Amino acid sequence: MPERQHDEEADGRPDRRPAGELEAGVLAALWAAGAPLTPAAVQLELGTGLARTTVTTILTRLHAKGVVTRARSGRGYAYAPAQDAPGLTARRMHAELDKDDDRSTVLARFVSDLSPEDEDLLRDLLEGGQDASRPLPSPQPPEGPA
Amino acid sequence: MIYAVWLPLLVPFLAAPLARRGAEQLPPRVAAWSLTVLSGALALSATAALALLTLAGALRLPSVARFARLSPSLPDVGPPATVPAAVAAALALTALCALAARGVRRQVREVRRARRESGAVPGAGDLVVLPDERPDAYALPGRPGRIVVTSGMLRALDGREREALLAHERAHLAGRHHLFLVCAESAAVLHPALRSLREPLSFALERWADESAARATGDRAFTARAVGRAALAARSVRGPGPGPRRPRLALGATAGPVPRRVSALLAGAPRTRAPLSRVLACLLLASVALSAAAALDAATDLHTGVEIAQGERPPSPPADDD
Repeated sequence: MPERQHDEEADGRPDRRPAGELEAGVLAALWAAGAPLTPAAVQLELGTGLARTTVTTILTRLHAKGVVTRARSGRGYAYAPAQDAPGLTARRMHAELDKDDDRSTVLARFVSDLSPEDEDLLRDLLEGGQDASRPLPSPQPPEGPA
Repeated sequence: MIYAVWLPLLVPFLAAPLARRGAEQLPPRVAAWSLTVLSGALALSATAALALLTLAGALRLPSVARFARLSPSLPDVGPPATVPAAVAAALALTALCALAARGVRRQVREVRRARRESGAVPGAGDLVVLPDERPDAYALPGRPGRIVVTSGMLRALDGREREALLAHERAHLAGRHHLFLVCAESAAVLHPALRSLREPLSFALERWADESAARATGDRAFTARAVGRAALAARSVRGPGPGPRRPRLALGATAGPVPRRVSALLAGAPRTRAPLSRVLACLLLASVALSAAAALDAATDLHTGVEIAQGERPPSPPADDD
């Protein structure tokens, strides 16, 4: 499978991104799904208009690196994130970081804690915005927006 | 201007409140740079002032004066520091520099340890995923930088929102935002009045990364939803819990940082509110200039005094005698 499929894409923007970013996006999609995904399902989950061939290439590469596992599913494979002996390293790392209460000094976290007033305000803001199709605090399996 | 040496110690008390107000008026990138440069410059000036006070006091000690080959007949060297002031300055200087160095070392050690641990988790590109239901995400500085995200966070977001999250963290790494934080953190140790600038700086850095993410994904609304949904998901898992830390914002901001970030993203591209911000910028520039000039002036005074006392330069004649 050739790795360069740029020209097939009508909307070529996502394909021109560095390979590392595409791999990160695919791994994130697999983790978000919580169940093994076929390349077609990954493509849908990504919601970025990436070509199916590109998705397959990335999955193959991730599998070769040992980052994802795969199992036969119909005519192809379904992929899932690989975890070392039940996520041991990851848990240790998390525990390690949790020990430091003030790690936020250098490690800028994506979101800070919310106060109750913040939470209400935030719901108002997001529900007021367009495209409120998904219920708000739900960690349910998402689907790619149209 | 013999009292110049005290100015750099006092200016931060006036400049910090001004800077907090000013940062709100500026686009995030400019705000982050301004706050960082301001805290750095004011902290350095204040530290230089302490050093000058210490030095001037030390030159009064006979042994030091002899070592510096100062003439004992000309004891008035440098700023009019009393011995207690010089001793206090020396103690403060030593303690603050030691604290600042320890702070930087501790932060470097934390990041190193986190990187070592994250290296063991299989990652793709710049992303490392931790299997953990608590939503959390942060950027680990270094070469190359890594983005650490929990599976809980990834599940809380949909495809486009995840892209926004990753773009946000990449902006932190590409902009080397941790250096801004380390600089502001050290400045806050060196002069306590600069502590109040850390909060607006970290907010400006988040806003900066949000704007980069909005550009990268081409969609402000999705970026806003990613930020908001991540915060709500984190709260729904952690629960209301023991009263979350509220940022200590004294300026009557009713909302915490997350709602302000979301509404800023929904409101459209940031603009500078020109007249007010120009006035504030001038005031802040003036305060930095004043601080630096005062430190420099005090240093020159001291240097001249030393040269006079060393007999390398005649004492300047009284100016207004004729």
